[in-house]
Amino acid sequence: MGTTASQLDKGMLSEYQELTFLTKQEILLAYKRFSELLPKEETNGLSYRIPMNAILELPELKTNPFNKRICMVFSTSDSHDGSLSFDDFLDLLSAFSDSATLEIKSHYAFRIFDFDDDGTLGRQDLEKLVNCLTGGTVDTSLTPEEMKQLIDNILEESDIDKDGTVNLSEFQHVISRSPDFVSSFKIVL
Amino acid sequence: MSEGEMARLMEEVEEKKKLIATIRNKPWRMKRRLVLLREAQQFVDKFEGALGKGKGRKWYAYKVMMTKKWIKFQRDFENFRTACIPWERKIKEVESHFGSSVASYFIFLRWMYGMNLVLFGLTFGLVVMPEVLMGLPYGSIPRKTVPRAEQDTAQDYSVLMDFNGYCKYSVLFYGYYNNQRTIGLLKFRLPLAYLMVGLGTFGYSLMLVIRTMAKNADVGGGDGDEGEFTFAWKMFTSWDYLIGNAETADNKYASITTSFKESIVDEQENQKDENIHLRRFLRVLANFLITCSLGGSGYLIYFVVKRSQEFANRDDLSWYEKNELELIMSLLGLVCPPLFETIAELEDYHPRIALKWQLGRIFALFLGNLYTFLFALFDEVNTKLEEEGSIKNASIWAMKEYYANFSLPVNDSDATPPPMDPGDVILGPCWETAVGIEFVKLTVSDIQVTYLTILIGDFARAVIVRFLNYCWCWDLEAGFPSYGEFDISGNVLGLVFNQGMIWMGAFYAPGLVGINVLRLLSSMYYQCWAVMATNVPHERVFKASKSNNFYMGLLLLVLFLSLLPVVYTIMSLPPSFDCGPFSGKEKMFDVIMETIDLDLPAFMGTLFSYAANPGLIIPAVLLMVLAIYYLNSTSEAYQNANMELKKKMQMARDEEKNRRNNTDSTNQVMKDLEDLLPNRSLAPPALPEPAEKPKEPEGKPTKTRGGAAGKGVDLQKDVSLASSNPNAREPVTRAPGARGRGQPPGGRGRGGPPPR
Repeated sequence: MGTTASQLDKGMLSEYQELTFLTKQEILLAYKRFSELLPKEETNGLSYRIPMNAILELPELKTNPFNKRICMVFSTSDSHDGSLSFDDFLDLLSAFSDSATLEIKSHYAFRIFDFDDDGTLGRQDLEKLVNCLTGGTVDTSLTPEEMKQLIDNILEESDIDKDGTVNLSEFQHVISRSPDFVSSFKIVL
Repeated sequence: MSEGEMARLMEEVEEKKKLIATIRNKPWRMKRRLVLLREAQQFVDKFEGALGKGKGRKWYAYKVMMTKKWIKFQRDFENFRTACIPWERKIKEVESHFGSSVASYFIFLRWMYGMNLVLFGLTFGLVVMPEVLMGLPYGSIPRKTVPRAEQDTAQDYSVLMDFNGYCKYSVLFYGYYNNQRTIGLLKFRLPLAYLMVGLGTFGYSLMLVIRTMAKNADVGGGDGDEGEFTFAWKMFTSWDYLIGNAETADNKYASITTSFKESIVDEQENQKDENIHLRRFLRVLANFLITCSLGGSGYLIYFVVKRSQEFANRDDLSWYEKNELELIMSLLGLVCPPLFETIAELEDYHPRIALKWQLGRIFALFLGNLYTFLFALFDEVNTKLEEEGSIKNASIWAMKEYYANFSLPVNDSDATPPPMDPGDVILGPCWETAVGIEFVKLTVSDIQVTYLTILIGDFARAVIVRFLNYCWCWDLEAGFPSYGEFDISGNVLGLVFNQGMIWMGAFYAPGLVGINVLRLLSSMYYQCWAVMATNVPHERVFKASKSNNFYMGLLLLVLFLSLLPVVYTIMSLPPSFDCGPFSGKEKMFDVIMETIDLDLPAFMGTLFSYAANPGLIIPAVLLMVLAIYYLNSTSEAYQNANMELKKKMQMARDEEKNRRNNTDSTNQVMKDLEDLLPNRSLAPPALPEPAEKPKEPEGKPTKTRGGAAGKGVDLQKDVSLASSNPNAREPVTRAPGARGRGQPPGGRGRGGPPPR
């Protein structure tokens, strides 16, 4: 524990505290967990990118139906393979932390739900979302009629300009009224 | 540098500083934020130094340095405070296995523990410690000594368990404290401290509960209409990201699927045309049955208290008879809620409504029990007060006799006879200690019943289901007993009422708060273990979403209800004549009058007497009533304004929709206006053309301005929600100035403007 803490120097630590919603202990814990996923020979943890399947082994993300999307959204790698560097990892934890604001959370939630990355939530996005939420197995998923009915209802409620998709502002408008969102959109290491 | 330049530079520095403070709120990538942060820091450091030089700027430099130090101190303090919060790991484990609703109980428990710790610190530091350190020791005065008659049995375990014997004459209870006005070298005013701590307990708890309620109300998102976004919320907010366990996740999937299917079905079919009369009849019947059982339980408690008074006169009591009252109360609290639940099956409500009814009924049960208990206790107190009169005479008589008899053996008439041995003095019936003992016994039996219930109801059940399953006819795990689910509402209510009892009893038994602290501490570990080892995640997860404030509201109500008896006794009942810190006074609050008269300077006394004048108090009360009325009407006005604004937004959206779809206005108001206009082609040009919706594929987050749309009433922003309709007519060709927000006209590859 002592060696890993000393690898994260004080200057970086205080900068991270300025830039994220995390406290010092949370950042140090994040660094510790991140270093555990590093391969043995890698010494400089801050620049290495951990591949997606290693990140998905974390117990906090393992059972989450959106885990792959989360990795893709927070990844800044050029090859779009979902690998996370330490900066990305901190970004992830900061957005999901207890003290993050509603705007940040809703912004990232929108991007996570946007499966095809086109900037809006269309029918396909919503269908994939429902399938993720119902567990994806055959006996728990909805019939096509039910799916259509459900998506029609959702668009009826949230699509203000009636263009068949939910864009960021509409999404944020819906989410800001929900009392549950902030408390359930949380991941703690 | 000239003054103007200085001022401008200072402004820029301030801006940079604000940027630094809010940089974490921007949804940008870490790299970009890092670059910006470093840039801003460099700018600030460079120019702040410059600004700090020169004449008259020393103050500025100093202020800047102090601000930096203050910010650093605040951040370190926050880190320290977060590190001090206990049981984070434990709660996180529970959260990942059971979801956030079960964990909310443990968070509530931890909060209670913190509050009780502070109360304990107050009581211990200001009342118990001074008496122990600076007051007279045990055995020196009658109130601190076990009477001669009881001394043989004072150390027996059974006597101690009843809180008699040495327990009764110890710092745990009111009767031990001496009524000396000041004690020790420091002239510590114990009676005043006792009263102030008693009232301060309520004041502190009140402040804490209200502060927590206010904080919760902030996060809640205020006034969302219940049914407004049911489907969207189910989709976007139902997953609990804290879940880290596969079984819980499966349960969550199942419950989400069920709730989707149910809500789809609800939308499709309307009110089932059931037999309304039968349902109403059943509901009335259920309520009648429940009222009967509530009444029955109240009467049972009254009866048992009366019996315990009779028992007090006998000596040969069995263990059951001695503890009958507490046992009955705890058992009622255990048996009635499931009874209510079974009766409520008759009512056939939606689960969420049924839960609310259940909570209300359990609340009524506990409240009724507590208050019946209190009334019965008051009867006892009054009896004791009557007794006091006669005992007072008897003890004075005994004292006279003792001195008269004593002078005989001593020939030297100058010697003063030693005071009577404290063990021999006849003590009054000290009703406050009796009340304190009742509360302590009640709390202890409550603790015992709770722990036993968990042990038997959850642990034994789990053991039986697990091990008997191998040799039983039906599948125990899936079928009848199966594993228990964690009863959140029952546990929270139990906690709330336990706290109510503590608040009531703490004035008469200062040690009660200490007992409660121990109880909460052990409860945390015990229940965490029990939940992880013996419970399974809930099958139907529906969050009573504003439940945090609901339980706080309940706590507040219980606080007020437990304040009432204590304040009543302080104000109107006379304290015992020979025990406790207020002995010898007419009323307990006389100690305050005494302090004002003797300790504070003369003018304060006159000040207080003026302030207590009814002529001053009545106008003050009137003023407060008027203030409440005024605030009420202002809030109503705001609500009306909100409704109007919402309507306006809706109208604007409808208008835009209709314009886009080239249909006539459906809004009656607009239609009338249009009819009035002489030339139809002059119809609404007011709304500017919409700007392009930001649609960059990589999702670079520079276009998050839309985020404010949800809150703003700005018509411009609203209009920007509309997508760029490729079939749009005129507006698209208008001057770029109208769209001038720095957004590229390219959009979705639309190229040049469409042909006119």
